[in-house]
Amino acid sequence: MSEPLLEVSNLRVSFPTRQGVTEAVRGVSFTLGREKLGIVGESGSGKSMTGRSILGLVPPPGRVTADRLAFRGEDLRTTSDKRLRAIRGSDIAMVMQDPKFSLNPVMTVGHQIAEAYRVHSRASAREAKRRALEMLAAVRIRDPERVYDRYPHEVSGGMGQRIMIAMMLIPDPALLIADEPTSALDVTVQMQILAILDDLCGQRGMGMIFVSHDLNLVASFCDRVLIMYAGRVVESCRAADLHNARHPYTRGLLDSLPRLDDNRRDLPVLTRDPAWLTDGPAAEAQR
Amino acid sequence: MTRQPQSPSWRAWLTTDTPQSRAQARLGRAWAGWCAFRRNRMAMIGLLIVLALVVVAALAPLLAPHHPYDQDLANRLQPPTAGHWLGTDGFGRDILSRLIHGARLTLMIVALVALTAPVIGLVIGTVAGYRGGWVDAALMRVTDIFLAFPKLILALAFVAALGPGIENAVIAIAITSWPPYARLARAETLTIRHADFISAARLQGASGPRIVLGHIMPLCVASLVVRTTLDMAGVILTAAGLGFLGLGAQPPLPEWGAMIAAGRQNVLEQWWVAAMPGLAIFVVSLGFNLLGDGLRDVLDPKGD
Amino acid sequence: MSAPMIDLQSLQVAFGHGAQRVVAVDGVSLRVADGECYGLVGESGSGKSTVLRAVSGLNPDWTGRLSIGGTDQTAKRSKGFFKTCQMVFQDPYGSLHPRHSVDRILAEPVAIHGLDDADGRIDRALREVGLGPSFRFRYPHQLSGGQRQRVAIARALILEPRVLLLDEPTSALDVSVQAEILNLLRRLRAAHGLTMVLVSHNLAVVANLCDRLAVMNRGRLVEELTVEALRRGEAHQPYTRQLLRASQGYDRATADSFRDFA
Repeated sequence: MSEPLLEVSNLRVSFPTRQGVTEAVRGVSFTLGREKLGIVGESGSGKSMTGRSILGLVPPPGRVTADRLAFRGEDLRTTSDKRLRAIRGSDIAMVMQDPKFSLNPVMTVGHQIAEAYRVHSRASAREAKRRALEMLAAVRIRDPERVYDRYPHEVSGGMGQRIMIAMMLIPDPALLIADEPTSALDVTVQMQILAILDDLCGQRGMGMIFVSHDLNLVASFCDRVLIMYAGRVVESCRAADLHNARHPYTRGLLDSLPRLDDNRRDLPVLTRDPAWLTDGPAAEAQR
Repeated sequence: MTRQPQSPSWRAWLTTDTPQSRAQARLGRAWAGWCAFRRNRMAMIGLLIVLALVVVAALAPLLAPHHPYDQDLANRLQPPTAGHWLGTDGFGRDILSRLIHGARLTLMIVALVALTAPVIGLVIGTVAGYRGGWVDAALMRVTDIFLAFPKLILALAFVAALGPGIENAVIAIAITSWPPYARLARAETLTIRHADFISAARLQGASGPRIVLGHIMPLCVASLVVRTTLDMAGVILTAAGLGFLGLGAQPPLPEWGAMIAAGRQNVLEQWWVAAMPGLAIFVVSLGFNLLGDGLRDVLDPKGD
Repeated sequence: MSAPMIDLQSLQVAFGHGAQRVVAVDGVSLRVADGECYGLVGESGSGKSTVLRAVSGLNPDWTGRLSIGGTDQTAKRSKGFFKTCQMVFQDPYGSLHPRHSVDRILAEPVAIHGLDDADGRIDRALREVGLGPSFRFRYPHQLSGGQRQRVAIARALILEPRVLLLDEPTSALDVSVQAEILNLLRRLRAAHGLTMVLVSHNLAVVANLCDRLAVMNRGRLVEELTVEALRRGEAHQPYTRQLLRASQGYDRATADSFRDFA
């Protein structure tokens, strides 16, 4: 593999509270190539904060520290705000769970996508519109011309998420961070959106961080998986091998899922072991 | 016994996650609110001002160096001296003593308005918001009619109809100041009317009055308390304004607004006659405003 | 089948008037036997929650015939109905009053129905949902999502209903907590002979708890089948089969085969 897209080493995110400092992420390390990396965990595991901290999007008063946080070899900890904003739009893109909060309600969606393109490319208005329509078609919106002139409140949730993805992908980023991009959507729509992301990753050689709580989805969609618990990576493995995971936490999560293909009734309940909080980082061993 | 070993235990009792009784749970909640409030320095200053007002009003006869009505025409319009710290007014009455006794009137006005206007507004707003339909439309049109008049003008009209006097001034202020509370309570009610916990209460067979009283009102009270505290400055000023116009407290009552009115003939030569009650109004209004801001931070349920 | 606990015939629910009228549920009929657990599955907008709200009495604007426990129901429900039929909501953060303690939340239904021994009932209900008496005087913000959902279940059970309506009771919870709540619901159903209707978008959750299920799409009932048939993959309708495939994880080829069902 050539130079990795993203290198993260000993990433920590902490929040000062009345009771002292709370660490949401406690020493996460990984490298990402042109692949789909899944980060799974329960609520409060720090998976979303890990995704946000890469782009410097941790809400204040949160503090991010890392031994290394580099995108294509460029240190993201020391870059200027201006450069970081440039990277954020054109090289690294982020898709959040709810498109309703991410789209400007008083601008047509087509206009927003075209704007996103023009900010980073200095293209003419006509060229931007052409590219925006192309992008809408690429995320499989059936009638791009009509959708182009719609306002965000006039589109459904699934359509909104496709528009969001189109907007994020139009500057042709090298890395996409997707934070629960399909959790609010119906299963069939979710599949179609994932197919779009999958194709775009394949065609453009884009890297992707896919943050999700859904183990089955990550196992079937990603190439590699990090399992997070209480701010740390407790296990990392190839996605296809997730069902043979070894860490008791991962095993416990997998077991507690109800399944269609077996008819056991009482589900095993996860008992949390305090040792999981302090185990040596399993991620270091397995790159 | 020293207090040292005792204090952590009652603190632990208050802050425990597992209260043993209803009373402990309530006290623990109040304690948490107090802790949050205490951190806000400006709010504490506001609270101190308001508490000082209460103490001064309660102990007025003890604190006042002179009787508020004692006239001494030989010493009229004296500047502040050792005998009269804040000077004397046009009848030679001690201004400090009148201010101290005036605190009772101010407190009474504030208390009466605070006990009536927000309560009327709360009832009308929550009922309108929860029932919706024609009840809502009717109640809100009435509210609109009241809102359409400038507050002081409407209060003036009421006082003119009822006759001048401090009781009528309070009634007029209360009648003219409930509509904003009704609006606020209705807006809050609309946002929580469709919450699942209201649905759950309906599914238990709770009646409309029970839901409004037990479930909706407690959630509206917080913002109404904040709003009321912030409005108190306005109430004091309106009462002072009515007093100034001769329609509120009647002489010789030492109402602050009326005192300013009395001092305005000589405001250029004997500035202290009007300035001292003005300063009192300013300080007390500021106190209520600071207190309201602090309470907003503590009580706002959205901040949880 | 003996006399059904829930008998719903040609239920129709519409929102709005005139040109804005939207039919959310169109001619749904179903019967749930006494002690049965019945699943309602569908995507958002399928009308599954609307059916539940009509049955529960939360939504009075419906037409059709509904009988619960052999008693015909109209838009307005009696107090006795609420003692028979209770509901648990999806979002445990929204279904508990933020300023009421657990004690107050559980005491309220007892007071409304004028039942005796409130203290004993509250203690029993808390113990039954796996929360000790130490939880009694806490406030919702001091509880985790799973604990809140247990309080909501205790609140529904304190009136000793015969029917429990569940609206996505685990979809806001983490999977490990979901397993605990599903186990709890199964145990309570066995202990009290409860009749349950579970609304969910998750086929595996429905299969875990229910005996039979109905699949809904765009306000209509597409197919009714037993959980055994579902597990064996014996769904007849193409829509049901598509839903089944979608719930089995991501597959690029499957995603292309999806289509819209009107």
